[in-house]
Amino acid sequence: MNNGLPLIENYLIGSSLEYFHSCLLPGVTNPTSKDIAEKIETLKNDSVNKPYFFIGAGTCGLGAGALHTEKALLNVLKNFNLDTEIIKVGCIGLCFAEPIMDVFLPGKNRLSFGNVTPDKVESIVQALLNDDQTILSQALFQYRSPHLKVWQEVPFIEDYPFFKKQRRIVLNQCGIINPLSIGQYIAQNGYVALAKTLKKLTPLEVCNIIEKSGLKGRGGGGFLTGKKWKFALSTPSDQKYFICNADEGDPGAFMDRAVVEGDPHKLLEGLIIAAYAIQATKAYIYIRAEYPLAIAHLEQAISDLYEWKILGDNIFDSGFDLDIIIKKGAGAFVCGEETALIHSIEGKRGMPRPRPPFPAVSGLHGKPSVINNVETLANISSILLQGSDWFNSMGNNNSKGTKVFALSGKIKNTGLVEVPMGITMREIIFDIGGGPKNNKLFKAVQIGGPSGGCVTNENLNIEIDYDSLKTIGAMMGSGGLVVMDEDNCMVDVAKFFMDFIQRESCGKCIPCREGTKQMQNILEKITRGRISEKGNDALDRFKGILQLEELSNTIKETSLCGLGQSAPNPILSTLKYFRHEYEAHIFDRRCPSGVCSELINFEILEDKCKGCTLCAKKCPSSAIKGSPKAPHYINNEKCIKCGQCLKVCKFGAIIKN
Amino acid sequence: MKIEINNQSVNMPAGISILDACKSANINIPTLCYLEDLFPSGSCRMCVVEIAGVKNLVTSCSTQITEGMKISTHSNRVIAARKSILELLLSNHPDDCLYCDKNNTCELQKLSAELGVRNRNFSKQLIEKEIDKSSPSLVRDPSKCILCGRCVRVCEERQTVSAISFIKRGSQTKVTTAFDGGLNTSNCINCGQCAMVCPTGAIIEKNNIKDVLAALSDKNKVVVVQHAPAISVTLGELFGFKPGTDVNGQMTAALRKMGFQFVFETSFSADVTIMEEASELVDRIKKGEKLPLMTSCSPGWIKFVEHFYPEFLTNLSSCKSPQQMMGALIKNYWAFKKNINPRNIYSVSIMPCTAKKFEAGREEMVTGGLADIDAVLTTRELAKMIDMFNINLAKLKPENADDPLGEHSSAAKLFGVTGGVAEAALRTAAFLITNDDSKVHEIREYRDLEGIKELTLNINGITLKTVVVSGLSNARIVLDDIKRGLKQYHFIEVMTCPGGCIAGGGQPFGLDKDKIVARMKALYQIDKNEKIRKSHHNKDVVKLYEEFLMHPLSQKSHELLHTKYKLRTGY
Repeated sequence: MNNGLPLIENYLIGSSLEYFHSCLLPGVTNPTSKDIAEKIETLKNDSVNKPYFFIGAGTCGLGAGALHTEKALLNVLKNFNLDTEIIKVGCIGLCFAEPIMDVFLPGKNRLSFGNVTPDKVESIVQALLNDDQTILSQALFQYRSPHLKVWQEVPFIEDYPFFKKQRRIVLNQCGIINPLSIGQYIAQNGYVALAKTLKKLTPLEVCNIIEKSGLKGRGGGGFLTGKKWKFALSTPSDQKYFICNADEGDPGAFMDRAVVEGDPHKLLEGLIIAAYAIQATKAYIYIRAEYPLAIAHLEQAISDLYEWKILGDNIFDSGFDLDIIIKKGAGAFVCGEETALIHSIEGKRGMPRPRPPFPAVSGLHGKPSVINNVETLANISSILLQGSDWFNSMGNNNSKGTKVFALSGKIKNTGLVEVPMGITMREIIFDIGGGPKNNKLFKAVQIGGPSGGCVTNENLNIEIDYDSLKTIGAMMGSGGLVVMDEDNCMVDVAKFFMDFIQRESCGKCIPCREGTKQMQNILEKITRGRISEKGNDALDRFKGILQLEELSNTIKETSLCGLGQSAPNPILSTLKYFRHEYEAHIFDRRCPSGVCSELINFEILEDKCKGCTLCAKKCPSSAIKGSPKAPHYINNEKCIKCGQCLKVCKFGAIIKN
Repeated sequence: MKIEINNQSVNMPAGISILDACKSANINIPTLCYLEDLFPSGSCRMCVVEIAGVKNLVTSCSTQITEGMKISTHSNRVIAARKSILELLLSNHPDDCLYCDKNNTCELQKLSAELGVRNRNFSKQLIEKEIDKSSPSLVRDPSKCILCGRCVRVCEERQTVSAISFIKRGSQTKVTTAFDGGLNTSNCINCGQCAMVCPTGAIIEKNNIKDVLAALSDKNKVVVVQHAPAISVTLGELFGFKPGTDVNGQMTAALRKMGFQFVFETSFSADVTIMEEASELVDRIKKGEKLPLMTSCSPGWIKFVEHFYPEFLTNLSSCKSPQQMMGALIKNYWAFKKNINPRNIYSVSIMPCTAKKFEAGREEMVTGGLADIDAVLTTRELAKMIDMFNINLAKLKPENADDPLGEHSSAAKLFGVTGGVAEAALRTAAFLITNDDSKVHEIREYRDLEGIKELTLNINGITLKTVVVSGLSNARIVLDDIKRGLKQYHFIEVMTCPGGCIAGGGQPFGLDKDKIVARMKALYQIDKNEKIRKSHHNKDVVKLYEEFLMHPLSQKSHELLHTKYKLRTGY
């Protein structure tokens, strides 16, 4: 910052600078440097002159009731007759602690509270505004500001366990800034990288910087981003397209949503730079229609950009034109595949086609097109500001920078984390995620969604990077981490993913369409009890593992697109590490985790049963027999495995095995 | 470019696919979704081959050869993969082959024999889907569909109609119309090109044999039949004749043996069509209106214009197609000559076309309360009937068609191939303009299978800009050019099917280019050998005008031989 003026001014001259000022300070003619510096200072929100309340109102926050919290807050504030401001921010990553409310009082550090349900609002606000320190024990953390008063005994955000091992580049402003304020983004050095790029760098130089940084595609492919751009840049064409893939479809993945909701300008700046790098004059953001909030934020951000003339014709007087179009996807998993996505934008059914030709040579409407996902693009502006060496210094071996993961499943701290490449899985799951819920035993974590594999206890020390994960049959994927504990049946997990893949297969190529159907069928047979078996099912299940392996091989080897080729991964991976669970299902008709209901057997322990007859009365299938005051027994042929008996027994006489 | 296929070193031109390279090295690779000239879809995975140094198997249809590439087309790994894929496909396929229309001609059946699939490796997961019988031309049985996508691509890319596409996902995926309605509610133009490329029995023609058999056994009916110009050079293929063999005489004999009382040739009414259309052309040129004149013999094309280019409806010739003209003449001219009550006539036509079934049912094709045509059979259905009657076509003595609707010029015979109508029309138009009958025009520029053939003629100082089109994607190009003002023509011949009726949707299945060329050559050979080579030289036609129609475009001919078109909507 020079004299408090935004850095972007270093790159703007003449009319574009004037126009920038007119947007920053509407109505002020010939603003002085002081006016501008002051405005920027206000926008930065580093300190406040009245109480500010920030409510985490990303999709996760809304789901947890953020709007009720807001309503409660408004009600409480009525009693104070104070000038206050409420700002809705995106997701800071602590989904488990939503709804989150930050309180920022003049002269004091911004404080963050978690699980602020409407009933808690009043006590927090009352306490803080009346300088009552007892409430501080409920605070999660405080932000660090150099000149503001520190709250005693409240950890700083960087010391908070969830954030301690994180390194936030993509998410650095998510959940902190107002996603709908372009001014605030600019005050935080936003669009400086873009101005620098357009004014000082050639497209090839941009590609080189990105290539040198070592940034790889964060959508799962892991291809060097700069290299991909160069292919498109070097293909001559009258029209090129840049496409941002925001069609996040993996179960348990919500990284892109959080970025778009919480910091849309970060993505847009990266996208504009990227489009310039390949000389595309049209960019598409392909985003799933199931993300209404993200779309609304994007729409607002894009319209602001047009207003500020950071989008449209002749951006910053550089001669570069760009239009960005939002294309809503109808939620087909396969449309995350590049060629299918292109078909979908073209208005055709989203089905992959054989490659080559690669999209960088012949993509959308047959023109050179590059597709990058949200996270990849959200890294771009930081790389251009801080240099490729800075980015390259993070990470290990061939994987540089950071990676955003969405932690979900049976883990304490569900949420969004950004970690440097090379961190171990153990650190993510236990140090950041806090380990499995309810002190259950950790079993495995599924990484890479339905195309990925699982990482088990024995591999927890693996460093997270593109290459290492492959050695254990998993893959980086887009960033979904679904944690499973001892109560998860891995055959059931495989079945879940197979159901998903079969439902989402585009149906084009036979191995994926019919092969996954067969696999799904085999898994169903394996998990079926005698009660619902027909024909040769009882015999067929013995071929289960062999057939699964054979099918996996065929599907992997002959499917058309990446999704098909990786479709058997959940099965191969669980077979590799949990073969014994499959065998228990097949040979013993037993589900060790007690999940596959048809394979569960309920048994009454004779010595514990008092013959109270309650279980027999509650049994909906009359499977329990016995005389009063004498031990009862269960007829397993009749039992429908509903578990009612277990629930009602007061003597712990019924066990499940 | 030097490559190695199965350890044999061969030289191949750069830029071709592995599949094509293998083909020219006489190595066959099975395919289910491949279609010549279209962008490979890569959906069936049947054509996978192994390439040294490449981890996964690759599809040969979509991979180009590279210098030094080492290809194995039939290694154990490859065959095992193909077999697995086929077995997977069969797990979701009804195996009631005996009841299937495609029994013995089914590509899936052939492949499973080739790959030695003789037991069920995967459990049967048949998903029954409803049969669509709503179209007068085609029947779709989605249960038999293997989702190779050929029909979708032909409909979208070759015909630019896009009446069908995929819906749903995973194993629920199926090919159907917009909103999963019946084909009759869609913008399907009934061309039947989808049926021609379908490897299984999922799309076949609507079978009308039963109706015809019923009529044949009805003592009160006089059953008459006409056969289109393109039939005689294709029917033979279904009985083991060499492609391009003309079996006109044997076919006539077979039809009589089956009980058809009178056998006519549609070529006769094709001559009438030329008389009417050529006069229409000359008339429009003189008046300078409704140009370009567009031919109207191809009912798929007509429906295409009605759906997609209604602004060109007035440009279409108002002439009925030869099938319909013949039908109208049989019931309104011949019947009275023969003293037969037209109500007792059952008029059958043998057509190379599935759209003709639709055309015969159009409400405009009724004269005096009677349908011009009662039943339309395709070439394939005729062959089935001949088989049903256990007739050995090869052993039949050729017979001639019945008079007076039997004579034809060879110009009419050319109606079977792209460029033929234009050539025939110009032979007569040239006479109408110049009154000079000494020369027979053989128009080389029209005589190949190209999709768009432009030719500017100069007849007695009159410049005639013509274009001959086959395949509706090409028609779209031409019409769009006209709309944009880029092109101007006087006369446009359009045939719906690429190559014309010799490759029509009712012909023997498959679109083998060599066969189509042989059929084309056969028609030009017939023209070369024939004495009467111009429509206006057909004596029966001359007589028809003298004693009944008076002259082309007369009031009578407008009543019987001309028609109207309508605007159509639908997806």
